[in-house]
Amino acid sequence: MTVRIVDRRQDSKNKSSINRSRFIQRFKGQIRKAVADAIGRRGIRDLENGEKIGIPGKDIFEPHFRHGQGGRREIVHPGNDRFNTGDTVDRPLGGGAGQGGKASPDGEGMDDFVFTLSRDEFLDIFFDELALPNLVKRQLARIDEYKRVRAGYTQSGVPTNINLVRTMRGAAGRRIAVAGPFAARLRELQDELERLRRDCPGDPEIGQLEREIAGLKARREAIPFIDPFDLRYSNRIRIAQPTTQAVMFCLMDVSGSMDESKKQVAKRFFMLLYLFLNQNYEHIEVVFIRHHTVAEEVDEDNFFHSRETGGTIVSSALKLMHEVITARYASNAWNIYCAQASDGDNWNDDSAVCRELLSGSILPVVQYFAYIEIASLQPQNLWLEYEQLQASHPGQFAMQRIAEVSDIYPVFRELFRKRPA
Amino acid sequence: MSKKRIRHIAEGSEWTLDAIERYDAEIGRVAKNFGLDTYRHQLEIITAEQMMDAYAAIGMPVYYHHWSFGKHFLETENRYKRGQMGLAYEIVINSDPCIAYLMEENTLTMQALVIAHAAYGHNSFFKGNHLFKQWTSADAIIDYLVFARNYIAECEERHGFEAVERLVDACHALMNLGVDRYKRSPRLSLEKETLRQKEREAYLQAQVNDLWRTLPRQDAAVAEFEERRFPEEPEENLLYFIEKNAPLLEPWQREVIRIVRKIGQYFYPQRQTQVMNEGWACFWHYTLINTLYDEGKLNDGFMIEFLQSHTNVVYQPPYHSQWYSGINPYALGFAMWRDIRRICETPTDEDREWFPEIAGSDWRETFDFAMRNFKDESFVAQYLSPRLMREFRLFAILDDDARLKLRIDAIHDESGYRVLRRALAEQYNLGSSDPNIQVWNVDLRGDRSLTLRHFSHERRPLGPETDKILEHLAYLWGFSVRLDEQMPDGSLRPIGEHKSEKRSRHVA
Repeated sequence: MTVRIVDRRQDSKNKSSINRSRFIQRFKGQIRKAVADAIGRRGIRDLENGEKIGIPGKDIFEPHFRHGQGGRREIVHPGNDRFNTGDTVDRPLGGGAGQGGKASPDGEGMDDFVFTLSRDEFLDIFFDELALPNLVKRQLARIDEYKRVRAGYTQSGVPTNINLVRTMRGAAGRRIAVAGPFAARLRELQDELERLRRDCPGDPEIGQLEREIAGLKARREAIPFIDPFDLRYSNRIRIAQPTTQAVMFCLMDVSGSMDESKKQVAKRFFMLLYLFLNQNYEHIEVVFIRHHTVAEEVDEDNFFHSRETGGTIVSSALKLMHEVITARYASNAWNIYCAQASDGDNWNDDSAVCRELLSGSILPVVQYFAYIEIASLQPQNLWLEYEQLQASHPGQFAMQRIAEVSDIYPVFRELFRKRPA
Repeated sequence: MSKKRIRHIAEGSEWTLDAIERYDAEIGRVAKNFGLDTYRHQLEIITAEQMMDAYAAIGMPVYYHHWSFGKHFLETENRYKRGQMGLAYEIVINSDPCIAYLMEENTLTMQALVIAHAAYGHNSFFKGNHLFKQWTSADAIIDYLVFARNYIAECEERHGFEAVERLVDACHALMNLGVDRYKRSPRLSLEKETLRQKEREAYLQAQVNDLWRTLPRQDAAVAEFEERRFPEEPEENLLYFIEKNAPLLEPWQREVIRIVRKIGQYFYPQRQTQVMNEGWACFWHYTLINTLYDEGKLNDGFMIEFLQSHTNVVYQPPYHSQWYSGINPYALGFAMWRDIRRICETPTDEDREWFPEIAGSDWRETFDFAMRNFKDESFVAQYLSPRLMREFRLFAILDDDARLKLRIDAIHDESGYRVLRRALAEQYNLGSSDPNIQVWNVDLRGDRSLTLRHFSHERRPLGPETDKILEHLAYLWGFSVRLDEQMPDGSLRPIGEHKSEKRSRHVA
C-alpha cells in the first residue's frame, strides 16, 4: 500500500481571509480608533508602513465558563529542589512560577490584542467613507486608457519585435569572446610557422603546424554567426493613461505667528490629505505653497521642514497659486483642489483682498477649497471674511477650526465626507 | 564496518515527494512490525501560510467562517512573523483516512519525524482509544464539516451574517458545556445530515411548541402543574438543552446550535487525552525512528537533527524556570509510556510492588490495553510510577484561600507518592477543572426564566466572564437567565442574572 501524498501548496492561499476580514469588520470601531490614535501619536511616514494595531483585549475576548481565582486547589509541579512535605511558602505575587497551570487565563485576555494590519487594510480603514467630493463620480466612471511604451529589451518575444542592432551587437561580442582562446593560439602558431619557414624550411614540424592551424581555423569557423542566445527583442509595456487628472494645492502659513505646535497640526492635515490622494488617485499632482509675507512654491520636504519667520500676508499665497494654475494647470484638463492651513493671522486689510481673490479668480476654477484654522482663540478677521465665502459657495468651499492634533481626524472626515455621487 | 552495506533511505536535508514516500514506506513497515493499527492516511504538503490557516481553524481542513478564527489567524501570524514562535510542524486530523500536514519549510528529517509522529502515532491512537471510538466518527467528520460550512453559509445568505454571527458567538461561549459526557452521540454522515436536517427542523419545532402550549391554560390542573418541574432532571449539556427547548429560536438557529455542539463534542476527547495522545505519538516517533537507525537506514546527521527536535518537544522545564508553564503534556506522556515499557521489560522490586499486574508482562500488550481503555485522568492514576515522580521531582502545592500561605502537601518520597499521583490525576480531570453547571429549572408558569445551578467544587468561584456568558445564554434562551451557586454544604446563593425582554421573532 503506497501512501497518498497530496501537494496542497497551490491550493487556495487565503483560506482565512474571510475570517480575517470578518474580524476586521466586527471590530471596525476599535480598529478605527486605534488607527486614529496611531496617527495622532506618530509621524506620517510611519503611517505609510505602520500597521501594528492594538485593540483592547476585553472587547475581543471570547468568554467561557471557567473557574476564577480562589477556593481550594492542589497543583503538581515538577523540578522540586528545596521543598519538603509540610513546608509553607508565601503566595507569589501576580502569576509567578508557583501559580502555573490554569490560574491566570482570565487575566491574560485583558491585555491589548496586538496584530498586524496589512498596509492596504490599514489605509482602507483609515480612508473608509472618505472621498474627494465631485471627483467620486468621475473616478468611478474612469476608464484607464493604456499606452504602449518602450521598456528596454528582453530575451524572448515575437519575431517582429527582434531588435537587429542589439542582437548583432550581442552576437559579435559572443563571437569575440568565444573565439578568444583560439585567436591567441592561432597567432602564436602562425608566428611560429613563419619563423620556421624563414629559418629552417623543410622542418617536418611545418606540416604539423599547418595542420593545427587549419584545425583551429575550422573550429573558429564553427562558432555560429548568430545564436538563439543572441536574440534581443524590443520590449514594450502598457502604462496607464489617466483620463482624469487632479492637482492638489497645499497652502500653509509659516509666519512667526505659526508656532511649532500649530505647524505640527497643519503638517498632519496635509500629510493625511497627501496620503489620501496617493491612496485613492494615482494621477494626482501636488503643489506645495508656503507663505509668510511672500509666498513661494517649494518641494514637499521644504514645505514641511524648513522654518520661516515674519509677518503674514495670506493673499500672496493665493496670488501665487493662481499664477501656478494659469501657467500649468489649465482648468479644463485638471481638477483642482486646494487645502489651506493657517492660524488665522493676517494683515487686517489683506483679508478682504483674499476673499476677493478667492471668489473672483480662484473659486471659479477649483473644484473644492478647504480651509482649516488652527487656533484656540476667537476667530480672527480672515475667518470672518471666509465665512462669507462659505455662505456664497456652499459645497465648494469648506472651513473648520481645530485646536490640536487629535482634532484633525474628525475634521478631516468632516471636510471630505463621502457625498452621494 | 559491516560487510553488507545497507543503503540509507535518503540523503540530504531537502525533501522530495519521492523521498517522503520512501520514508513513509519504511516507517510504515516498522510500525507494522510493532503491530500498530492505524487508519489509512494521507500526507498533505502545505505552506507556512496554509499552516496558519489550519491553526486558525483548529486544524480542520474545512470550517465555517467566524471572526474568532480570523482573530486566531492574526494572532498566530503576528507571533510567527515576529519570531516569537515556530509553527508546529504537524497537524493531524482524526479522520478516516487520517490526514497529516507536512509543512514545506520542514527538512526531510522533520518530515520523517512528522510522518512517524502523526501518521502512525496519533493515527493509531485515534483509531484505538475508546473515547475517540465512542465519541467521534472519524469516517464522517470531514463530510460533516462540509455540511456545517455550507449550512452556515446558507444561513448567512438568508438571514444576514450579523444574525448568524451573534448566534455563533453565543454558542461558542457555551461550547465547553455543550458536550455529552456519558453517552455516545449518534453517528454523523453528510447525506443523512442534509436529508434529515429538514425533518428535524419540523420535528423540533413541534416539540418545543408542545412544551409551551401548556402555558396559558388555567384550570383545575394548576395544582398538578405546579408540581411539574422542567427539566425533570438537571441537564448538564447546556447547548443541547437550548437546542431542544429554547422557545423562541427559529429552526435554522437550532440547527446552528447543533452544529457547534457536534463539533465541540468531536474535540472533547482530544481535551481528555492530551497527555496520553501526545506521549503516545512521541513514544512512537522515537521508537520507530530509532528502530530504523538501528537497522542502519538512517545516517548520523539525520539522527542528530531528529534528536534535537525530539528533545525540544519533550523537555520539561522545572517550576522555577522562566520557560515554565505547567507540566508539558508531551514530556509527561512520553516519559510515562517509556516508563511503562521499562516496567514491562526490566522491572525493579519497587515496580513489582506497585505494578504487579504489568511488571514483566509483554509490553506491546500492556501498551495496547492502556492506549485503548484510559484517558489522562485514569492513565496517570493507574500508571504514574514512583520512579517517574522522582525523575520529574514532582511536588504538590495546596493553594487554599482560607490559609495565608501555600503548603507543600507532598513531594516525591515514600509518603508522598500516592498523594502526588492522586493530585496529578485530579489535575487532568475535566469534570473538576471545568465548572459543573447544570440547567436546573425553567419557570414554565411565570416569566419563563431559566435557572442554572453551579455546583461549587472545592469552593472555587466562577471566573469574571460569567456575566458575559449569561448574556449570551439569555440571548439564546430569549428570556431571563439566572445562575445560582450551590456550595458543598448545600447552601444556595444567586450569583448572576441577565434579564431579557421577550424578543420579537425574526421574520425569515
